[in-house]
Amino acid sequence: MSFDFQAILPELFVFTVASIVLVVDLYLPAERRGISYGLSLVALAGGAMLAAAGFGGQPEITLNGMFIDDAFADLVKAAVCLVTLVVFVYSRDYAAQRGFYQGEYFVLGLYSVVGMMVIASANNMLVLYMGLELMSLCLYALVAFQRDSSLATEAAMKYFVLGALGSGMLLYGMSILYGLTGTLDIGALREAVAKQSPDNLALVLGLVFVLVSLAFKLGTVPFHMWVPDVYHGAPTSSTMLVGAAPKIAGLAMIIRLLVGGLEDLHLLWRDMLIVLSVLSIGIGNLIAIAQVNFKRMLAYSAISHMGFMLLGVLAGTTNGYSSALFYSLVYAVSSMGAFGMIVLLSRAGFEADLLDDLTGLNRRHPWYAFLLLLLMVSMAGVPPTIGFFAKLSVIQAVVEADLVWLAVLAVLFAVVGAFYYLRVIKIMYFDAPVEEPRPVEAAAGLRFVISTNACAMVLLLPFIGPIQEVCIRAIESLAR
Amino acid sequence: MIPLSHYLILGAILFALSMVGIFLNRKNVVILLMAIELLLLAVNMNFVAFSHYLQDLSGQVFVFFILTVAAAESAIGLAIIIVLFRSRRSINVEDLDSLKG
Repeated sequence: MSFDFQAILPELFVFTVASIVLVVDLYLPAERRGISYGLSLVALAGGAMLAAAGFGGQPEITLNGMFIDDAFADLVKAAVCLVTLVVFVYSRDYAAQRGFYQGEYFVLGLYSVVGMMVIASANNMLVLYMGLELMSLCLYALVAFQRDSSLATEAAMKYFVLGALGSGMLLYGMSILYGLTGTLDIGALREAVAKQSPDNLALVLGLVFVLVSLAFKLGTVPFHMWVPDVYHGAPTSSTMLVGAAPKIAGLAMIIRLLVGGLEDLHLLWRDMLIVLSVLSIGIGNLIAIAQVNFKRMLAYSAISHMGFMLLGVLAGTTNGYSSALFYSLVYAVSSMGAFGMIVLLSRAGFEADLLDDLTGLNRRHPWYAFLLLLLMVSMAGVPPTIGFFAKLSVIQAVVEADLVWLAVLAVLFAVVGAFYYLRVIKIMYFDAPVEEPRPVEAAAGLRFVISTNACAMVLLLPFIGPIQEVCIRAIESLAR
Repeated sequence: MIPLSHYLILGAILFALSMVGIFLNRKNVVILLMAIELLLLAVNMNFVAFSHYLQDLSGQVFVFFILTVAAAESAIGLAIIIVLFRSRRSINVEDLDSLKG
């Protein structure tokens, strides 16, 4: 029996504080709700710090082989905590204006973070599944959180059904892999798969089911049906929670299962991922052009970004995986900023989620128009923003893997995608405003955070080298 | 002694049935919930069969976890259905069409 609590300290901390918030919030009157909010921020900041403190230590497998603590897990955990922290800061006023500023909102968010952290550290298929379900179940509830909104409940229903379907696929795939190899441990799975012939049809069947479920969870074409509806219908604060950190957790799941357990089948899953990523980048970018709803447009943009992230994974090299990790971090930060801008421009009884609501933003609020410009330019991948370097690194990885045609295709679709990002900029800067300028009601803290978030697209440029170095170290720490 | 393949085929049939239930069902959201439950039970069938065949207990342990999660999942699903019914007075799948574009 090996029980090392040091290794699971970040999870334990977030989980404990989340449970404290759950209980304490019961006894708090509505006007003291700030205490729950503060405690949630403490949980996330603490979790991020504990995870970051463990970064760079020796990889360690503990809890009877169920749990692995390596640099990759620490990086993902710290990133997930930090991203959710910022999302909470964005959500507070938004939730208060819409009447769902309640302790449960933060508790569910914190438990979903625990789920993501467990995914990042899973060394056993059972643990991976439990982490995934903890994350997903909380997210279903968060999407439905605005109970009086009929759009939100419809979105939650769709998310729930397709999410459960994805989990079922994952389980079916896992059961086949278990039957073939006789183990649930991911390290042992790897050894057992290496002994099997890659022509084994049953093995391919298991791989396909696992891959389909990963595609469902990431929202890549053709398993993307839920993404636009959920992004559109959910209250924007929940959209942020669904759209930012879980993408990093989804990549962690891919790294743990496909890279950690099934890397010997790389040639098989590479071809499947090529199909997924080409379809996602193409269809995501094309359909986004037709959108009039900003949140829906961002949803299709999310689909295409996930396609780009898969490009890094399918390259199958250390550089490829680390560039995918870097891409997911950059994407999480920029999507958070874009949704944060919707939150900032919305007010009680008004949701700034149509592209038309941005008309002439430059004349009304030049600074926020500039921030949104930075975010859009970074998402489109125009230099000099970190979005450009993220795209550059995944495309480099693809070229190194001798898939030049794929790189060319990705760049072409990125140009198509630039159209709708630039259209947002055109609407903000060149169209005349239709409504009278009215002051943004957001609190000073929120304005500061969103300014930092958007400016990070440019201000992080000098640190790209070190960040990529950290990603490479994280990938190198995987036991491969 | 029933061979392993019979159990696997039964599991696959249940899995296929639940897929059909999810995709072809145009009537009631509760039926979707039942189909999802069936999906998880099909997987359980696989796990138990493999676990017995391999003489390895971890598959059966997995089944207990799946059963627990399935209970939590249907609780959330039913909660969403209740909220849905309150706001629309209907739980028909066909009425879930206000989000599109």
